[in-house]
Amino acid sequence: MPFLNDLFVNLSYWIHGFLARFLPLWAADLIMMLLTIACLIVFALITIMLINWLERKVIGRFQDRYGPNRVGPLGILQFVADAIKMFTKEDITPANADRVIFNLAPVMVVVPTFLMLAVLPFGRGMVAADLNIGFLYIVAISSLTTIAILLAGWGSRNKYSLLGGMRVVAQMISYEVPMVLSALGVIMLTGSLSLVSIVEGQSRVPFILLQPLGFLIYFMSAIAEVNRAPFDLPEAESEIIAGYHTEYSGMKYAMFLLAEYINAFIVSAIAATLFLGGWQGPLLPPYVWFFLKAYAIYFVLMWLRGTLPRLRIDQLMGLAWKFLVPLALVNLLVMGLVATLTQGKGLFPLVLASLVANGLIVAAVVIIYAFAMRRRRQVEVAA
Amino acid sequence: MQTVETRLRTETITLNMGPQHPSTHGVFRMIITLDGETIVDLEPVMGYLHRCQEKIGERNTYLQNIPYTDRLDYICSMSNNLAYVMAVEKLAQIEVPERAEYIRIIMVELTRIVNHAVAIGALLNDLGCFFTPMLYALEERERILDLFEMASGSRMMCNYMRFGGVRYDLPPGFMPELKSVVAALPDFIDEFERLLTDNEIVRIRCQGVGILPPDVAVGYSCTGPLLRASGVDYDIRKVDSYSIYDRFDFDVPLGTNYDVYDRYLVRIGEMRQSVRILEQAIEQIPEGEVSVKLPRVFKPPEGDVYHRIESPKGELGFYLVSDGSTNPYRYKIRSPTFINLIVLPELCKGHKVADVVAILGSIDIVLGEVDR
Repeated sequence: MPFLNDLFVNLSYWIHGFLARFLPLWAADLIMMLLTIACLIVFALITIMLINWLERKVIGRFQDRYGPNRVGPLGILQFVADAIKMFTKEDITPANADRVIFNLAPVMVVVPTFLMLAVLPFGRGMVAADLNIGFLYIVAISSLTTIAILLAGWGSRNKYSLLGGMRVVAQMISYEVPMVLSALGVIMLTGSLSLVSIVEGQSRVPFILLQPLGFLIYFMSAIAEVNRAPFDLPEAESEIIAGYHTEYSGMKYAMFLLAEYINAFIVSAIAATLFLGGWQGPLLPPYVWFFLKAYAIYFVLMWLRGTLPRLRIDQLMGLAWKFLVPLALVNLLVMGLVATLTQGKGLFPLVLASLVANGLIVAAVVIIYAFAMRRRRQVEVAA
Repeated sequence: MQTVETRLRTETITLNMGPQHPSTHGVFRMIITLDGETIVDLEPVMGYLHRCQEKIGERNTYLQNIPYTDRLDYICSMSNNLAYVMAVEKLAQIEVPERAEYIRIIMVELTRIVNHAVAIGALLNDLGCFFTPMLYALEERERILDLFEMASGSRMMCNYMRFGGVRYDLPPGFMPELKSVVAALPDFIDEFERLLTDNEIVRIRCQGVGILPPDVAVGYSCTGPLLRASGVDYDIRKVDSYSIYDRFDFDVPLGTNYDVYDRYLVRIGEMRQSVRILEQAIEQIPEGEVSVKLPRVFKPPEGDVYHRIESPKGELGFYLVSDGSTNPYRYKIRSPTFINLIVLPELCKGHKVADVVAILGSIDIVLGEVDR
């Protein structure tokens, strides 16, 4: 078991040692770095293949149909067929498009996605760069996607794209606020922004037990952040065709698709890291645990996509600013109080107090909601 | 405040939605003037699927027109057949055998269930559901289409009704299959409702959207579920009963808030009522002839006639003028969705882009019938 547990870490040490025998140390380090980057990119491509297949299969099952089942066993090579189709398609640039911006956008949307992979702890010691500002880095990098998508929407010179681009900006900026606020609760508990330390901080108990509400807020905002159903307004098919990537075809379209799927996976992975204990878990090797948790959350994403209709833009913004942000602020305040009051009293009081506090917040929300609804009905009856 | 408002110059944009668009249910086109995401003006453009149905109808003999009625509203070919056939029967005063009347009612009510299931599925697609309700609806539709295939040999373009009856008697094995389909229908509707009726997002997207007050609905001569969702108790099966509808016990569901959500609820309610009618029809259906003998060259007497039925989408009427020859002199179709669609700009103003497709979905159009 110990052999399997640290398989990839040992492998990298071994390769490094092997290289260091022939090459100067700096060259060996450089090659290791490049190798890691190559691994991450290959990993990303395999992930999108797997996720794409899984999503189509799972949603197919939700809808009482088979999903892809022609190419390869169980249709697993469907993505390869799709990729070949994408490569061979004509690459169209609309006559009136802003060529530079139009062609820049697909690249700009993919780059941050790959950058984010760098700080994900896939297993014990399995992180490309253990930044001490890991979470801040992720927030910063993921905001870059917003600009790229706005460029795509603006550069296409298409009204649907423009509407999609505008929606993206409104949505992603709004939902970043509750997302960061809810993650702050976790950071408060560990006292570190590094994702590795956050995972290590959950060796005794995953943070979802301490902050179930924080997890829910994070999860909802994260779905909105990556434009997944029910918050997929920027590419709302039934309203604005395909939103910001209406005018893209062939490889450029594939880039958007790639970025979208990997972003969705990364968001699930970060949720698993922040709240579900990342690679921590008994018996199985750490990296297996990490993927189990990430895919479990991704499954919920697919589930939502297969079930729920879409919100409207004003309702979406209302949900963020009128509900999630205040709730996240209250949650942050209460969790801070709880953490301070139970400091040094051991684990059990902390868990108990956190759960009670979360229960109280939920109860307060329910009571306020019921009161507001009653008041509303009174007003309606009066009017 | 004032200075800020005057200095900020905003423009409206004109968005050309359709004729190629995922949720215009075919080739319908809307020219929308937008202020941000809010609709300022909407102009419907129809006619992309115009096929000269009415002119073709004058060229055809009376019998040849029946398959053309299949192609009007291709989701409910059975009720189109019925409306046309009954108009001709009224013109030529043909008596229909009892068993044929029952078979017709069974087919038409099955059609109503198909249409409403598909309409709700399409509405949910427009709301952004990723095909799940649509596919659930289509799954149930498959079973009903199998029944149509057993009876008429065709799934969608049934061409089943004839003047004075129906083309064939029900084949052996039809009734047991029909009974099992009808028995399974309430479960299907319940499942549909569990998925959608109390769904929070469906509610906030549909409630209070596209409100059509009763007086406006009547003013635009809307019919069908659209009118009944506006609280007007007007079902031609009740107010101007035709065929043998007076023998069945069923209710007319009405809306109270006049919005998209009510139209959804009215359709669900009508599906349940159709199941009730089907159950009664299965019990009462007699044995006997299914058609009357007509001369090979069918020439109705001179005169004109208008007959209307409650098709799943509203009042479907055929106006026929006969000059005593083998072809109708004038063949006019009063298509329910074309007239219901006229009210669309009224419903959409002030709403968001996303609501337009929801409202359009709730009107439930089929372009084959709108453009004819």
